[in-house]
Amino acid sequence: MTPAEIRDEILDILEDIAPDEDLGDLKDEVAFREQLELDSMDFLDIVMELRKRHRVQVPEEDYGQLASMQSTVTYLTPLMKDLQKA
Amino acid sequence: MIATPRQNLPDSQRIVITGIGLTAPNGNDWKEFRESLLNGRSGVSDYEIRYVGKTLAGICDFDVKRYQSKKDARRGTRAGSVGVYSANEAVKHSGLDWENVDKSRVGIYVGVTEHGNVETENEIYELKGFDYDTQFWSHHHNPRTVANNPAGEVALNMGITGPHYTIGAACAAGNAGLIQGAQMLRLDECDVALAGGVSESIHTFGIFASFKSQGALASHADPTKASRPFDKQRNGIVVAEGGCLYVLERLGDAKRRGATIYGELVGYAINTDATDFVLPNPERQAECVQLALRRAGLAAEQIDIVSTHATGTGLGDIQECSALRSVFGDCTKTYVNNAKSFIGHAMGAAGALELAGNLAAFDDGVCHATINVDELDPECDLPGLVLNEPREIEKPKYVLNNSFGMLGINSVVIIERF
Repeated sequence: MTPAEIRDEILDILEDIAPDEDLGDLKDEVAFREQLELDSMDFLDIVMELRKRHRVQVPEEDYGQLASMQSTVTYLTPLMKDLQKA
Repeated sequence: MIATPRQNLPDSQRIVITGIGLTAPNGNDWKEFRESLLNGRSGVSDYEIRYVGKTLAGICDFDVKRYQSKKDARRGTRAGSVGVYSANEAVKHSGLDWENVDKSRVGIYVGVTEHGNVETENEIYELKGFDYDTQFWSHHHNPRTVANNPAGEVALNMGITGPHYTIGAACAAGNAGLIQGAQMLRLDECDVALAGGVSESIHTFGIFASFKSQGALASHADPTKASRPFDKQRNGIVVAEGGCLYVLERLGDAKRRGATIYGELVGYAINTDATDFVLPNPERQAECVQLALRRAGLAAEQIDIVSTHATGTGLGDIQECSALRSVFGDCTKTYVNNAKSFIGHAMGAAGALELAGNLAAFDDGVCHATINVDELDPECDLPGLVLNEPREIEKPKYVLNNSFGMLGINSVVIIERF
């Protein structure tokens, strides 16, 4: 998957876990928590969805890498580069 | 204690209903529910659930998003959503100045028949797709399945910081929630009690499958005819979802704020059969009714409407009728009805909903019927049974509501017109 495809995938996950939010104006470089009402259970949802959908494991010590869209895509790119977009 | 006749009780010990919020398979507020009961409108329809397949159920269509964000509904449970809707509707109906109510003095007491089956079944179903590897088990499982979940979701939604918990009381839970709320008001544990019961039971295949294995799941070509307590052709229970929460207050508080009072809880009782896991015990049921009457300082013939628990099973209906016959057999002005014939068995919500369906009789002077009785079972032929068509009665003063459950739990409440 390319970084753009990974971004789309994260957006798709966010649409599920934050269904009341408008994700159209999401700023990639700003922390999710500053733009969306997300709590720790929501971040666990992101981790779980990556595991369920792509078998990608995000260890607890790396949760901080999921702070913003930009940092998430940067973090996931090497982990997901060999995966095919479903 | 309400062994003392309530006229002699101080207002701080007299408990009144000042708000009703509900969702039933045939109505999403008290008025709509009542209209359905008076017009013979069933809430039972075709339904399908995993593993069991095609069956019937009482399904609610309340607007979840009226009081809940999509995210909270997704994160929580159906029982939570039913509770949140019912609680908000009840508070709105009560006319409480909610913004200025001290939320630390509000208590939430929600009766449930069961909780956690729906969420556990869903999670196991998902996990099957991952070959039962528990690393795919949801972190939402525990907060969804803790027994206090339906009450806790109400607290979260409404910012209530007083006590909240559920009362697990099988199908006696709706009454049990109400009784718990009254007791907590009497103990001054809260100033406002949101009390009653909820059911999400149509979303667990286990309840349907278990009733089916027991030979107690209703079937009928016409879904609206499937729930037929007292009829000779009855063949079991129609499972339903729903919720009904009351705003309860001490009489003094209700008077001070000029609240409309929909009835006073003048008697209640809970007892136990201690005889069987499933089969009811008419002697204990009769004792429970008698205890509630005694505490209310009433004789049987003073009760205007008896709202029965009867679920449409072969033996259960006969047992309850036997209990009622022993108490009300000589009463000439006591009318008997059943709301499950309209909506099915709303489990933890049943007692609270069925009571609500009858409270409007204080205003309109009508006893709603029990429908779907084409051929009355002679063993269920109680005097005063209101069959198929509602009946106008002399201005009713007392409603007695039965609610019984598995493991032999019996509950009775008596409400007086205020």
